[in-house]
Amino acid sequence: MTDAISSFGAVGRPVSIHTDGAAKARLKGRYRTETWFKWLGAGAVALAGLFLVLLLSTIVTQAIPALRQNYLTLPIDLSAAKVDPAKLDEVNYDAIAQEALAARFPDVTSRQDRRLLRGLISTGTGVFLRKDIAADPGMLGGTVDYAVPVDDFADLYLKGLLADVGSDEAISTSVTPSKTSGDIDLTFGDDAMLALARGRGATEGENGMLTLTSGASSLLVVFNGGTVKLTALWPGPSGTAVAKGTVIEALDSTAPAASGQAFLRVIDTPEASRKISDKEIVWLDTLKSAGQIESRFNSIFFFTGASREPELAGVWGAVVGSFLTMIVTLAIAFPIGVSAAIYLEEFAPKNRLTTIIEVNINNLAAVPSIVFGLLGLAVFLNFFGMPRSAPVVGGMVLALMTLPIIIIASRASLRAVPPSIREAALGIGASKAQTVFHHVLPLAMPGIMTGTILGMAHALGETAPLLMIGMVAFIVDIPGGFTDPATILPVQIFMWADFPEAGFQQKTSAAILILLLFLVIMNAIAVILRRRFERRW
Amino acid sequence: MTEAGVEQKLSSGTNAPSIKMKGEKVSVHYGEKRALFDVDLDVRENQVTALIGPSGCGKSTFLRCLNRMNDTIDIARVSGKITLDGEDVYDPKIDVVELRARVGMVFQKPNPFPKSIYENVAYGPRIHGLARSKSELDGIVESSLKKAGLFNEVKDRLLESGTGLSGGQQQRLCIARAIAVSPEVILMDEPCSALDPIATARVEELIDELRQNYTIVIVTHSMQQAARVSQRTAMFHLGYLVEEGATDKMFTNPDDKRTQDYITGRFG
Repeated sequence: MTDAISSFGAVGRPVSIHTDGAAKARLKGRYRTETWFKWLGAGAVALAGLFLVLLLSTIVTQAIPALRQNYLTLPIDLSAAKVDPAKLDEVNYDAIAQEALAARFPDVTSRQDRRLLRGLISTGTGVFLRKDIAADPGMLGGTVDYAVPVDDFADLYLKGLLADVGSDEAISTSVTPSKTSGDIDLTFGDDAMLALARGRGATEGENGMLTLTSGASSLLVVFNGGTVKLTALWPGPSGTAVAKGTVIEALDSTAPAASGQAFLRVIDTPEASRKISDKEIVWLDTLKSAGQIESRFNSIFFFTGASREPELAGVWGAVVGSFLTMIVTLAIAFPIGVSAAIYLEEFAPKNRLTTIIEVNINNLAAVPSIVFGLLGLAVFLNFFGMPRSAPVVGGMVLALMTLPIIIIASRASLRAVPPSIREAALGIGASKAQTVFHHVLPLAMPGIMTGTILGMAHALGETAPLLMIGMVAFIVDIPGGFTDPATILPVQIFMWADFPEAGFQQKTSAAILILLLFLVIMNAIAVILRRRFERRW
Repeated sequence: MTEAGVEQKLSSGTNAPSIKMKGEKVSVHYGEKRALFDVDLDVRENQVTALIGPSGCGKSTFLRCLNRMNDTIDIARVSGKITLDGEDVYDPKIDVVELRARVGMVFQKPNPFPKSIYENVAYGPRIHGLARSKSELDGIVESSLKKAGLFNEVKDRLLESGTGLSGGQQQRLCIARAIAVSPEVILMDEPCSALDPIATARVEELIDELRQNYTIVIVTHSMQQAARVSQRTAMFHLGYLVEEGATDKMFTNPDDKRTQDYITGRFG
């Protein structure tokens, strides 16, 4: 045996071509390639996962603040003197709410400040109040505590998104005010405040004068039941410090506050680089500490239509628009697509004409979606004169776009049904149509449904074709039917992303989250249907 | 029976079974390629006719001509004449659905529908409207399963999926499905090639029993099987019918050298 092998190896080969050194090296090389591939694959998956997590966490963290909205509870006077029950439509409800707010801050007297104060509550307050009174006339006749949504900037501030506000720190020296309101002087027991102001961006002047401009952090001294904003500081006699300040909330008295009785509140973000003034911050903080501000689930966002005011803007109109559009798309694309697929796959003769049709259907799937929008504009709107911005037209355009996807998916799943099933049915005398509808189609259905749902999900996320047919319009009302003007979720996201107001940033992310949720639900349905109806043969 | 059928019955003598199906100069082209060359072959009533020959010799092609299953292949073109009880099955007046109800087929790979055992058998009678009531349909299903020798094994699970049965049971289910529509002829295309010897033996027994009521044409690669179950054997080679005759004679004293060589295992 050994002789035989070694005689074979006499031509220069060792014992066996599968066990010699070169073979071992080749084998090692093969395993190395495999290992490389495995690691590369795992790396690609990990990278993709990382990006997905990054994307989702960004959107989710951005979106979370939009899920809640702050409400300010005000005692609103709805007595007959203010609201005539017989003429509910003629009442200026906004004015009533604003009066209630003004009454809460009697010190605010200047026109400018009063306007600023009014801006704390949403401009939609009057509308909410009127609706609620119409729904519950029992509110009339007296003063009721009514929660109104706060304005978008106030809301953002309360959510901590506009300015960094430090907690109140006790001042370890005495503070003596010169007056209780207006521009006043404050005398501090020691000069610690000077060093603090320097560290907070105060501008150094002559004789140790420190000026706190709007480019520096705001220093607020809270004592004697009021708040004073410091504007300038300088060293006083015998180690004290003197400050000039503006009273934002009137002090109770000019009595000196003992050490530890006054508090310093620092707003790190300089007033110039935030969209909310010190005054507003102080008012809001006062309201908050009085328990008048409450964070609630943002039902406005989920259940109302679009608005130019961030705190009043909701996605419901877009959700309903998307839903109506999808119904039209499904109702058109599914039956036509599946019928076309069945005809082409099972009945059509295989000739030049059907080949051309097939190639063109495949090409149609690759046509940029905006072209379908142009087609919709030219044919449905201009030629047939259908309504602009309507879900029915949007649905038709998206149906055109989805058709090739459904046809291709349906044909693939029809083709995947084994020929043995067809032969079995034909062999016992089933007609062509019976074979297709009793046996082939049921088996292809999971694949067809999966393809359809994925096509629909694709259509749901489509913006471009709908821009062409006017679904990008600013539509406040929630669409009530297929011909009402409507917009859809992706277009709504597109529009919000374009608005400059900071409040829309969170809304945009939240709307993206809702769209993603829709897509996840649709894909989950696709998976469930496939699992459920998948049959083995 | 048609005139031609009567004539054939008379001419073939009193004892010989009458001719059920007759192929005359049957040729098949798949596109440019010719698969069958002028085959003349008779299928006799209540007999098992075995078609043997090496792979690609055209025996399955001929079988599929008998119930026009070749119609489903776009490029297939059949010429010549095939008659069933004297009627040309390729006559445009003949309805292919009716033909396939009369000439049933069992395939190489068991192919039950992915439905219940009951539904598998009941499907044929239902589409052909053979049962007027549920109880009548139940009766057809039961008798078909009994004839196929499967009833005792599945009577307690008629509503379970037909695809859950073993390979041999599946093939017998397919046979039950074929006989449920009461065909006159049953075509079997290598019905045992996917089965183990025990299941094969059961199906062969079944074929022998079915011969009493049906005319059977079977394609097989197994010489032993052809010898065991058939009364007549036809040997195909390269698209030509080499020889046809009584099975006993074919296996003991064939006229053609190629048949001799094939049967004894010298080629194929």
